[in-house]
Amino acid sequence: MTEKAAPAPAAAAAPAAGGSRAGMKKELPERFRDYKHVWVLIEMERGQVHPVSWELLGEGRKLADKLGVELAGALLAGPGEAARKAVDEAFSYGADLVYLMEDPLLADYRNQPYAAAMTDLVNTYKPEILLMGATNLGRDLAGTVATTLATGLTADCTELAIDHEGSLAATRPTFGGTLLCTIHTLNFRPQMATIRPRVMAMPEAQEGRSGRVIRHALVMEESSVITKILDFIADANMDKAQLAYADIVVAGGMGLGRPENFKLVTELAAVLGAEYGCSRPVVQKGWLPAERQIGQTGKTIRPRLYIAAGISGAIQHRVGVEGSDIILAINTDPNATIFEFAHMGIVGDALQILPALTEAFRRILAVNRLAG
Amino acid sequence: MNIVVCIKQVPDSAQIRVHPVTNTIMRQGVPTIINPYDLFSLEAALQLRDQTGGKVIVLTMGPPMAEDALRKAMGIGADKAVLLTDRFFAGSDTLATSFSLSMAITKIAEKEGPIDLVFCGKQTIDGDTAQVGPGIACRLGLNQLTYITSIEALDPKAREITVQRRAEGGVQVLKTKLPCMITMLEGSNIVRRGSMPNVLRAAREPILTLNAAAAGIEDVTRCGLRGSPTVVKKVFAPKPRADKAKLIDTTNRSTTDIANDAVDALFAAAPKLHTDLVGRAAQA
Ligand SMILES: Cc1cc2nc3c(=O)[nH]c(=O)nc-3n(C[C@H](O)[C@H](O)[C@H](O)COP(=O)(O)OP(=O)(O)OC[C@H]3O[C@@H](n4cnc5c(N)ncnc54)[C@H](O)[C@@H]3O)c2cc1C
Ligand SMILES: Cc1cc2nc3c(=O)[nH]c(=O)nc-3n(C[C@H](O)[C@H](O)[C@H](O)COP(=O)(O)OP(=O)(O)OC[C@H]3O[C@@H](n4cnc5c(N)ncnc54)[C@H](O)[C@@H]3O)c2cc1C
Repeated sequence: MTEKAAPAPAAAAAPAAGGSRAGMKKELPERFRDYKHVWVLIEMERGQVHPVSWELLGEGRKLADKLGVELAGALLAGPGEAARKAVDEAFSYGADLVYLMEDPLLADYRNQPYAAAMTDLVNTYKPEILLMGATNLGRDLAGTVATTLATGLTADCTELAIDHEGSLAATRPTFGGTLLCTIHTLNFRPQMATIRPRVMAMPEAQEGRSGRVIRHALVMEESSVITKILDFIADANMDKAQLAYADIVVAGGMGLGRPENFKLVTELAAVLGAEYGCSRPVVQKGWLPAERQIGQTGKTIRPRLYIAAGISGAIQHRVGVEGSDIILAINTDPNATIFEFAHMGIVGDALQILPALTEAFRRILAVNRLAG
Repeated sequence: MNIVVCIKQVPDSAQIRVHPVTNTIMRQGVPTIINPYDLFSLEAALQLRDQTGGKVIVLTMGPPMAEDALRKAMGIGADKAVLLTDRFFAGSDTLATSFSLSMAITKIAEKEGPIDLVFCGKQTIDGDTAQVGPGIACRLGLNQLTYITSIEALDPKAREITVQRRAEGGVQVLKTKLPCMITMLEGSNIVRRGSMPNVLRAAREPILTLNAAAAGIEDVTRCGLRGSPTVVKKVFAPKPRADKAKLIDTTNRSTTDIANDAVDALFAAAPKLHTDLVGRAAQA
């Protein structure tokens, strides 16, 4: 976003630092001065809280402490036990208070009642920062809420901070991680951001921590909700969530050469009780389904151990695996990019190393089972 | 049926280069493509038109060269194309983009009759925010259907549409009223190839070009940089990791030895992982 008067290089110009725009100078209009506190959407669908909500409470806690304000969860839910449990969990993950909107219309996600509920909450209680998960629900909702409130929304942030003026500095990758940019919403409130699951660490739950509940009513009748839910077809296998939240992930790339060779990956995964995944071209070739893809346009993972075999380590792959505690890479090419961010490496043929690793792990775990 | 499909021209991002000194993105000479996600929405729109009749109008906001993307879309089968271009649009964030695009859609409706469906891509591969579709839906009061995996039924008389939507842990089957805004999930259909007659027509077909004023935008401070609440303060390169991977010694060693060394090194670095795995194995 270069000079205002620049001859339209592209309507959606790449962001360039130091762009001159009216909003550049921080002069918060009078009407936003009483916007205070940090909010996190507690994303609950069909009675289940998406764990990204807790990850964001962990991050929101740091922002709230830095600002010296409170951290609130905003929970939109169908009435029932699940909502009560979610409120308690929100406290244990760091919320000081929870705004609770309990209504049958909010039991399943639909844009219209959710957007109405969320905008009403914001307009009533005026948060300065509002964070949501960059999930299908979060992205669907955030776009509507930000447009209704006419405020800024930064997508898919990887880092959040408070700058010296007390403004939210939201950093996100651009062009798949080639560069990072830091985006602010200076003159509008709330400052909104979405963050992908697993990008922020899961905070420790503090049992026994409690807080305040502020109930707020949804003013809407089912008859005025235009979209009707006819059915919900649950996934046969819950693969999707498991890959993102797996403790150990084993993945293969184009270096495996043929689809049959992925059984070397799944065998190692089975011995480790791990999930398996792959790079994008593997999906594009139709060797594995899309929900197995790891990276910028696939899943972000944050396992304790990530084993990547025959994957070159392109930036779009890297951004999805960087949160792993330990990355072990196997590649025939000693100069492969993946060795620049992996913690451990084996230069060798994955087709031989993978079965050898499977054996080695099997042996060690079996020996220990006997011993233990 | 009048269907508008919003498409964005994006750099073929596999080939993006970053200037080593200034850290800015070098767009010169980078080939551009139609945002790949938009093609699934275009295909869905074409299928609906083929079933029910009517026209598919592709719309893009961008520099004059974005005309390329529009002609490509007509080659694939779109009937008409609208280019929204003005220097006032430069530097738009998603709020400003959805404002300008929704003004253009309102203008298209004046010329072509009411719009029944607006399709957008799930997200782009450059800005990658997935915010513009919901923004347009919100501004135009369209019922919003994102992450659609299939369009089950469309009843133009009852003005109803039934779709499947990807949600957490399953698929929602939703029924709503037209007009609505739909974003299709990738892989939800197979995008057709351009046909020779369409490609020939696309080369000749006039493109309706709108600037801000022609799109009915009176207050240009709602567009572009000035209409954007977000401010990009800093662009920088990611910090490289300080140390590279520790390589397992492989010289003159058997695969089995290498694997054993690797496992030892791993467990030395992550003792807790070791005990947890052993614990799990013992329970199995
Ligand atoms: C917009 C965009 C989004 C993208 N999103 C993603 C994404 O989400 N996830 C993703 O992964 N990619 C993504 N990509 C693609 C990415 O740029 C790379 O093309 C991709 O990650 C490469 O996959 P690969 O490493 O499996 O294949 P290659 O790059 O072909 O690498 C194969 C590697 O295997 C090694 N090898 C060969 N034989 C062997 C052997 N026998 N044993 C061991 N090693 C061997 C080679 O040395 C090489 O390093 C995206 C690209 C774009 C443009
Ligand atoms: C690297 C980078 C990061 C950015 N980060 C942010 C951010 O965090 N927040 C923010 O508000 N803005 C951001 N922007 C600006 C944003 O990219 C532009 O506003 C852009 O015009 C639209 O956003 P998008 O590319 O993310 O589109 P998305 O919202 O991902 O696009 C969804 C769909 O909307 C339609 N669409 C989008 N743009 C057009 C268009 N110009 N013409 C026709 N149809 C279109 C297409 O159907 C597209 O598939 C960023 C830009 C860049 C380059």
